[in-house]
Amino acid sequence: MSHTDGPSKGCSNQPGKNKQGPIPYDSCSVTFRDDQPLRLDSGETIAPYTIAYQTYGTLNEQKSNVILICHALTGDQHVANDHPLTGKPGWWDVMVGPGKPVDTNRYFVICSNVIGGCMGSTGPSSPNPANFKPYGLDFPVITIADMVRAQASLIDYLDIDTLFCVMGGSIGGMQVLEWAASYPQRVLTAIPIATAARHSSQNIGFNAVGRQAIMADPDWHNGRYYDHDKRPSKGLAVARMAAHITYLSEEAMQEKFGRNLQDRDKVTFGFDADFQIESYLRYQGFKFVERFDANAYLYITRAVDYFDLAADHASKPGDSLADAFKDTKTRFCVVSFTSDWLYPTVEARTIVKALNAVAAKVSFVDITSDKGHDAFLLNEPEFFDAIRGFLSSAARQAGLQPAPVGDRS
Amino acid sequence: MSENFPNGTEQVTRVDHLLIASMVEPGTRVLDVGSGNGSLLALLEERKRVDGRGIELHQEGVNKSVAKGLSVIQGDADIDLIDYPDKAFDYAILSQTLQATHQPRDVLEQLLRIGQRVIVSLPNFAHWKLRSQLVLTGRMPETSHLPYKWYDTPNIHFCTLKDFRELCDELGATIEQSYTLNSYGYKLPYAVPYFLQNLIGEQAVFLLKH
Repeated sequence: MSHTDGPSKGCSNQPGKNKQGPIPYDSCSVTFRDDQPLRLDSGETIAPYTIAYQTYGTLNEQKSNVILICHALTGDQHVANDHPLTGKPGWWDVMVGPGKPVDTNRYFVICSNVIGGCMGSTGPSSPNPANFKPYGLDFPVITIADMVRAQASLIDYLDIDTLFCVMGGSIGGMQVLEWAASYPQRVLTAIPIATAARHSSQNIGFNAVGRQAIMADPDWHNGRYYDHDKRPSKGLAVARMAAHITYLSEEAMQEKFGRNLQDRDKVTFGFDADFQIESYLRYQGFKFVERFDANAYLYITRAVDYFDLAADHASKPGDSLADAFKDTKTRFCVVSFTSDWLYPTVEARTIVKALNAVAAKVSFVDITSDKGHDAFLLNEPEFFDAIRGFLSSAARQAGLQPAPVGDRS
Repeated sequence: MSENFPNGTEQVTRVDHLLIASMVEPGTRVLDVGSGNGSLLALLEERKRVDGRGIELHQEGVNKSVAKGLSVIQGDADIDLIDYPDKAFDYAILSQTLQATHQPRDVLEQLLRIGQRVIVSLPNFAHWKLRSQLVLTGRMPETSHLPYKWYDTPNIHFCTLKDFRELCDELGATIEQSYTLNSYGYKLPYAVPYFLQNLIGEQAVFLLKH
């Protein structure tokens, strides 16, 4: 690794179809050299490290129209463009784009792949500078705060001081809360969606199942599967299947699949995927392993398990979640969904109570939906109205120019 | 708490809202408890440039308010006021909501703790129309202002203007300003004695300080 001054940058120009026209398809990346290591909560450092990111829209002259989007466990920086590996629309294509609630005619949107991820940012599948082989389990354990610290380095590198908004759902929402607690001066507004200020015992339990499934796969090779030219696909697929159940509500699952059989009239008295739900989950697992690194799944789920905003920001015993937001000037919009049982409404309410305790400026909507946790990825009209209204009002307050009328490009 | 006016709250700016707005100094921090669909908050933000927050029981009103760009949360005045720090707001406002709370005395106490000043607007159950309906028909009164049946009314703790003044006394709250409105929405002159206000006033707005 070289020791030149300053980070290096790059934007690869991968070919691909692009429905959105001017939206860039390729990922940009910035590599921070050995002289700018990422200092981790564990006490370890990562250097050098790369952050891959996407941007949409145009940065205004005052650099005051930036929205940072934080992605969830299995998301990545490809928010609103076709995914380079799957060819599918970006994971928040419904939310982000020209004329959409996060209007790229008005805002400059940034989303980066988390540190520890596998879509271009440094993670366990990246080469370890010590031996130029993939890190595997030699990659240090990271936290949500470490992810946010790496994002802050990217924002610094882009020479942006204040973020008009930081928003994200699920684990992305945890990063939003961490941003607001760690960099209150830099975050004008924050939208944590379908999230919690700490991982519950049940949440940790589900993650543990996923990790055990991966580690029980003989192809995992103690995390060194890269050297054996193998992938613990079966384990990762099972992890995904188990997790996927937590993303759906019981009601939605029952309605969609019920006890319907898959391409057969009666059960086979065997262990094939007799039921549609089995087949569906297998398909979800199968699709997932094509694009995701198993070790990255271990590291990111671990980071989430460790997340406890109140404990992480407590300066003295007895400090509560409210102390993490003391004196905050950030304007919040907390969103939950009625059928989300992974991060249920009560978790959002805990955040809101803490924000009330410091008299923060907070909006809180609990959206009626039967779509479970995944509702945050879908076009729920009340949800979109809330985001649109909140952002427009905050933009007005921040003196941002409205999007040009009729400009849908 | 919802605004207990069945119709037309969006079309016309309510008289009590205008009165409340006239009591609020520009650029102050305001908490509207029972903010309904956000019409009072929107009025205060527009006319007085306040830094406004709302708390509303019904999710529909909350979602509408947030979609309008207002900082409103879903919450219950009886339960959630305890979370707010002392004197966090210049004004804590309770507009047509006190009579719908379970513990009006506790709610008012919390408001006096949270706000430097408290503004309360409430219907007067001693208005002559209500008195006469009760006396003459022997039934629970219904008016255009309070149109509910006894079994479906959200207004579970009615009081009269006299009762309210007494409660303020008990809680050590000073009434700095008050307006009483007749059933046409006109302010009664200050010279009208309290006992008469309590008879011909349909609603009133109070500005309190602890």
